[in-house]
Amino acid sequence: MRRTITAWVFLGPSLLVLFLVAAWPLARTVRLGFTDATLGNMQEARPVGWENYLVQYDGERGGVLADPLWWRSVRNTLVFAGVSVALETVLGLGIALVLHTGFPGRPVVRAAVLIPWAIPTIVSAKLWGWIYHDQFGLLNDLLMKFGLIAAPLAWTADPELAMVSVIVADVWKTTPFMALLLLAGLQMLPVDCYEAARVDGVHPVRVFFRVTLPLIRPALVVAVVFRVLDALRVFDLIYVLTPNSEDTLSMSVYARQQLVDFQDAGYGSATSTLLFFVVALCTLVLLTAARYRPGKEAV
Amino acid sequence: MRPFPAGRILLYLLVLMIFLWSVFPFYYGFLSSLKSGSALFTVDYLPRHWEWKNYRAVFQEQPYAVNILNSVWVATAVTAAALLLAVTAAYALARISFRGRGLLLFTVLGVSMFPQVAVLSGLFELIRRLGLYNHLGGLVFSYFIFTLPFTVWVLTAFMRDLPVELEEAAIMDGAGPATIVFRVFLPLLKPAMVSTGLLAFIAAWNEFLFALTFTLTNAQRTVPVAIALISGASAYELPWGRIMAASVIVTLPLILLVLVFQRRIVAGLTAGAIRG
Repeated sequence: MRRTITAWVFLGPSLLVLFLVAAWPLARTVRLGFTDATLGNMQEARPVGWENYLVQYDGERGGVLADPLWWRSVRNTLVFAGVSVALETVLGLGIALVLHTGFPGRPVVRAAVLIPWAIPTIVSAKLWGWIYHDQFGLLNDLLMKFGLIAAPLAWTADPELAMVSVIVADVWKTTPFMALLLLAGLQMLPVDCYEAARVDGVHPVRVFFRVTLPLIRPALVVAVVFRVLDALRVFDLIYVLTPNSEDTLSMSVYARQQLVDFQDAGYGSATSTLLFFVVALCTLVLLTAARYRPGKEAV
Repeated sequence: MRPFPAGRILLYLLVLMIFLWSVFPFYYGFLSSLKSGSALFTVDYLPRHWEWKNYRAVFQEQPYAVNILNSVWVATAVTAAALLLAVTAAYALARISFRGRGLLLFTVLGVSMFPQVAVLSGLFELIRRLGLYNHLGGLVFSYFIFTLPFTVWVLTAFMRDLPVELEEAAIMDGAGPATIVFRVFLPLLKPAMVSTGLLAFIAAWNEFLFALTFTLTNAQRTVPVAIALISGASAYELPWGRIMAASVIVTLPLILLVLVFQRRIVAGLTAGAIRG
């Protein structure tokens, strides 16, 4: 009993801070979404019901849910999260396997792999923005030297290339996180399984799919879930690398635009609330999928 | 010497590719930071210019030194405060079993994975009411949303691994919970505190969304916002040399931290994820 009281006393300050910075602002955001608040005047906001979400004016529909740009941003975000996390997982696993083999100079390479992770996202966005530069960029120069393209491409402005550019920059920045988590997973695997497989002469590729992959599955699932949730809230990279592009506009960029650039706190809050639910829904789907094991009963 | 087997050669090729892929963009940024004017119009793969003009310009044409101090102050303050709050919370979550503990842990994890835009307008309102708008205090306050859940979560994972005997012996000697946390456990947790603190510091140092939204004037901005807003002196001047110089300046300390504390950082990352 006394231990329980101690627990709550010890937790008190942290819970209070979390309430102030997370729970309260979240509740206020939901509430503001049902008002006509502007950024400059939040106190005297009047309730407007569901108007920010969906409204019918003389046969015209308004509100976030009727805005094609919002749905575009949802689709962009899902594509971005899906493709970049898939690429990061494959590349991260590859890097982890290479680092796991042990070769002279491994600490140096491991430190080098951490560099993209440590770089601020803004800096990596600027680095890639400069590499992608349509006139003086390194990427166009390289591709033209090798004769892969005939004329420079506008990597961040071309509607067909903008998303690719953003995804490559994100994969560069976040693969290390994946690789290091998976490497830690690999290093915890029991050695005797591999000894047995080697003695039995099992082909390494078969060992990978039959032994390694199932064994690091928990680490893999955790890393993927973390990364997907992180990718779904993407803001910095897209805001800096491809500003004003509808082809890469993410949910977070859209919401902040409404809230800050257009000063429409009511509409922006409604968008934020929707964003929260989209992310929550994705989390649920992801966690359900993570529990499912092919060929086995769900646990 | 035996000839290299093909597998070995393939491995070294892969290692080389991984190394170049990781390091090259930053290396290229550094090369560009040494160039200005028309030198930026040509792509170089090896250093040909050694001009430090951009580094001076970054500090002269904007309050970049102030921006760096702001970043240092905000990241240090929020990391220290979050560690202090988290160490007691982690003790409760790791060592005391009480009703609702599982739910609390889950909530903490949930908050750390939160889309920050979802609280933006509510936080904006709160920060303005507290008089912290365009004030570094507002950033320290809002950064708790990602540093605190993270530090609580990771320290809980580390604290679970400490031996029970130690705690029992301390209780026998009549030590209260506060003594156990700060006198018995804290010295043992030093490496864990370093790992967690470093990761929280880096996260705060790199934060952009709140810093962009809750500050207004150049003197209150942190480094990421300052870099994002660098533009050329005129529309005809390419600002990339200066942007790269500013980027190198903020990234070098981080790279040094990573090189020195590599093991600790990896330990923190994995403690948070794998044992959780």
